[in-house]
Amino acid sequence: MTEVFQFGLVPITCHAWNKDRSQVALSLNNNEVNIYGRAASEWKLQETLQGHDLRVTGIDWAPSTNRIVTCGAVKNKFAVGSGARLISVCYFEQENNWWVSKHIKKPIRSTITTLDWHPNNILLAAGAADFKVRIFSAWIKDIEPKPTPTPWGAKMPLGQLMTEFSNSTGGGMKVSRLIYQLFVSFSGDGNRVCWVGHDSSLTVADAGKEMAKTQLKTEYLPFTAVTWVSLKSLVAVGHGCCPMLYSVDDTGKLTFVTKLDVAQKKETGSL
Amino acid sequence: MAKNTLSSEFRNIDVDQYNEDNFKDDDVEPQSPPIGVDEATIISYMNSGNHADALKLLLANAPVASKGKNEQAKDMALNLVLKVLLSVNKSQMDQIITSLDKTQLDVLMKYIYRGFERPSEGSSAILLIWHEKVYNAGGVGCIVRVLTDRKRV
Repeated sequence: MTEVFQFGLVPITCHAWNKDRSQVALSLNNNEVNIYGRAASEWKLQETLQGHDLRVTGIDWAPSTNRIVTCGAVKNKFAVGSGARLISVCYFEQENNWWVSKHIKKPIRSTITTLDWHPNNILLAAGAADFKVRIFSAWIKDIEPKPTPTPWGAKMPLGQLMTEFSNSTGGGMKVSRLIYQLFVSFSGDGNRVCWVGHDSSLTVADAGKEMAKTQLKTEYLPFTAVTWVSLKSLVAVGHGCCPMLYSVDDTGKLTFVTKLDVAQKKETGSL
Repeated sequence: MAKNTLSSEFRNIDVDQYNEDNFKDDDVEPQSPPIGVDEATIISYMNSGNHADALKLLLANAPVASKGKNEQAKDMALNLVLKVLLSVNKSQMDQIITSLDKTQLDVLMKYIYRGFERPSEGSSAILLIWHEKVYNAGGVGCIVRVLTDRKRV
């Protein structure tokens, strides 16, 4: 049985229900979150949450703790990777009241399979089907102040390739295993980046250690996504249908810690 | 028009080469690949019963390269490896496998699959036993790397 309610004439950008569906939180394409509660056959506005500077892009309502988390567009910027072998960095230009995109093309040679922003919102990590992981600068002069240097490099004009990693074993000397990057992710402090490939491998590169790279070839089915859960631990998930916990120590060594119990899945792998 | 439809030569043209977006991965092989191992060395190892070292030598110097490159060296190496694999006793296999590192294990699995491609008298049975043992050591990841690695053996 479906019911239709009108919350105004503006598009609803995102919404989330509470546990028993008696309340819903939604955002009407602005920087506020409205909470509506069910009263008989009507929905009444109970509260409005403010606090975001820009548009709210996502809401989630935890069923048991009854807490709401929201995320919003930061600096009005986003990036899209495509099969046209380029990355489009798009930003909102005030004067024209529209989105503008700038392309990063060199030296990408194949489809971009995955992207991740550095915490400073300027650097972008991109994994591609040409078997490389690259860190680019996506600094848009018009809307952002000049970024401070990071361990990845100091000069950062748009599209500057900060560094490039080949998904290969030990420094490219002997045999290289060339593999699609399936997923790339920056660590919380932005100094390390990890990625997984379709050859069942997991790699971590550290800018703080002169771009040193550690790779682990696992005995599991390939991972499709990986994320940092602390400065030293990673959770990887994939075709093996079980989240795996790995940790990186100070020397950069990558070790397997444990399989995570399936019941805890909701706080770990699903990206 | 009737004449044109008889010829089907056009079906043999590789149209991908004309696509300007086609990915060419030739820029990754500046160093010359390993030449492979001298056959005499292997024979002498085998005659003295030292299959483990023969195999390790072959795996360490395996001429892995992209498809289509270095095929002759690859075939020669394959013959030697199969010779060694098929002459090892079942009881020795476990010991040999535990002495290999991860990379060598992956290369061994690649050779096992290539060995399956051209079966000889009784070879598949022995290779299957090898396969099971290498799988116990390397897991599915090892097999995944046989399938996905662009550097073939």
